[in-house]
Amino acid sequence: MEKILEVDNLNVSFNTYAGEVKAVRGVSFELSRGETLAFVGESGCGKTVTAKSILRLLKPPFAVIKPESKIICNGKDVLKMSEKELCEFRGDEVGMIFQDPMTSLNPTMTVGKQIMESLMIHKKLDKKAAREEAINMLKMVNIPSPEKRIDNYPHEMSGGMRQRVMIAIALACNPNVLIADEPTTALDVTIQAQIMDLMMDLKTKMNTAIILVTHDLGVVANFADRIQVMYAGEVVERGTTKEIINESKHPYTWALLRSVPRLGNESKEELYALGGTPPDLLLPLNHCPFADRCEYCMPICKECKPQETVLSDTHKVSCWLMHEKAPKVESFYDRRDK
Amino acid sequence: MAKFIVKRIGYMLVTLFIVVTATFFLMHSIPGDPLAHMARNLPEQTRANYYEKYGLDKSTSEQYVIFMKNLVTKGDLGESLRYPGRGVTDTLLTNASVSAQPGGLALLVGITIGILLGIVAALNKNKWPDYIVMFIAILGITVPVFVLASVLQYFLSVKLMILPTTGWGSWKNVVLPVVVLSFGTIATYARYVKSNMLDVMGQDYILTAEAKGVSKFNVIKGHVLKNAFLPCMTLLVGQVSGIFTGSFVVEKIFGIPGLGFYYINSINDRDYTMIIGTTVFAAALFVFVQLIVDIAYSMMDPRIRVK
Repeated sequence: MEKILEVDNLNVSFNTYAGEVKAVRGVSFELSRGETLAFVGESGCGKTVTAKSILRLLKPPFAVIKPESKIICNGKDVLKMSEKELCEFRGDEVGMIFQDPMTSLNPTMTVGKQIMESLMIHKKLDKKAAREEAINMLKMVNIPSPEKRIDNYPHEMSGGMRQRVMIAIALACNPNVLIADEPTTALDVTIQAQIMDLMMDLKTKMNTAIILVTHDLGVVANFADRIQVMYAGEVVERGTTKEIINESKHPYTWALLRSVPRLGNESKEELYALGGTPPDLLLPLNHCPFADRCEYCMPICKECKPQETVLSDTHKVSCWLMHEKAPKVESFYDRRDK
Repeated sequence: MAKFIVKRIGYMLVTLFIVVTATFFLMHSIPGDPLAHMARNLPEQTRANYYEKYGLDKSTSEQYVIFMKNLVTKGDLGESLRYPGRGVTDTLLTNASVSAQPGGLALLVGITIGILLGIVAALNKNKWPDYIVMFIAILGITVPVFVLASVLQYFLSVKLMILPTTGWGSWKNVVLPVVVLSFGTIATYARYVKSNMLDVMGQDYILTAEAKGVSKFNVIKGHVLKNAFLPCMTLLVGQVSGIFTGSFVVEKIFGIPGLGFYYINSINDRDYTMIIGTTVFAAALFVFVQLIVDIAYSMMDPRIRVK
């Protein structure tokens, strides 16, 4: 399949008063046309920072994308773009949806104008044509009576509707890649499924690749083609959704999977929670970042960083347990519905 | 909208009624009366005649009823007690229009420069233009107007002799008061606009706009400015009434025959009608500007639009 996005050795740091926080440390991945890739991990593991880096939305000098990083989108080097090229790239080739639809829309501008804005910038449409296109977009994201709704202000819409508007804005110019940064986190559970269904439906129609940033494994299992599990700014395990859910090899992935509550679990046992906190990224980290919280931690884990072990074309794990001399351990996550 | 305005005007009248009533009784509770000084050496009978003439021989509540009747039925604020023969309304209008000239001009200049400086500071946060603007703003807030006025008079009038020190009548007389009066406005607006802009620039919807590919300039123009300016309109209320009530010192220094003078002196003179007159004027102006600002708000901000 055609590669649409390539990220290689992405390193992002935040300059704080306390020092340099290395938020993303050598993340690499590829995305093919029409594919859905999910970033999974707990808060602060670098999912959003990675996603924002692709559009260069992080603000220098506070946030710095290190020079060794490489982001190639559709053959163009994103990190070498000028301010003007960047404006042409954003919204046109890559669209983005944010977490909180309540605050992500300009409160003093009608939703129609906010959709028209990107159409007028990238498609060079005049006002009238842009308005018509915006109505079409609203129709496409299933907003009832779009001709009327187009003149609404964000506060006149519900959270679910606003997120639909956000999707309309992000997809208005038919981008190759859609980055959805926790698109359902701020929404009601009943609306979450609708929004995800809508996104997937549009993805198929428009053949858009999606980067889905989330910590909701339920969403991921249903909608993602591939998953990459992130921890402390690194990718610790990656694979197809099937490989990650059924054959995961990294103890962190197990912990994530096990902490999902199960429907039909009758016993009143306490929900599993992974103890401890992620490492402080202000400090240098030359060993496995998960070592301190890992049940199977071996002496080597605290000394050296594990290399990525290739299990199949798609499935790769960074863990010392994959070493031939390591003890064989069974996943403590068992799928009871298997 | 019409219903909203009518309702607000109703509230305004209630507010004014309360202000007038409170002022009336408060000023009557100050020891002494308008004639105490002037009529000190007059014969008993003459003094009694004077008191009768102005209705000061009646009880406070009776005076209140008479005053209110005149005000409501005829819109008559009465005659100044200190300057017999001069109607209060007349004095107010004549002097307010004098105050309004340097005051209004200073407001215009102050808001324009203040907003511009605020924008410059916000766009160059933590760089030298920001530091310079904030330095000016702190000066504007901390340096008292009489110090600034004296300094400017000394250099521009006494040393360089380009502008007159005091007086009224020529445009040259307006320059210094406008500079002095606008300084505080510049400072207030620069700081307020800067902090509002920085606040808006950190909002999620600015990120949305950037992710759409809107250029830096258009993000500021289309998304930041309007949202940042909205709260600034509230400041306008105090600034406009400040033209008339807060310009006493500046008017005194530059010898401008404005309204500020009467605010202070009417109280010292126990010039009852004048006190009420100036108070009504200030209060009415305040609630009126407030109404205008509220209407402007409802037109600019869709979230509080009146249906």
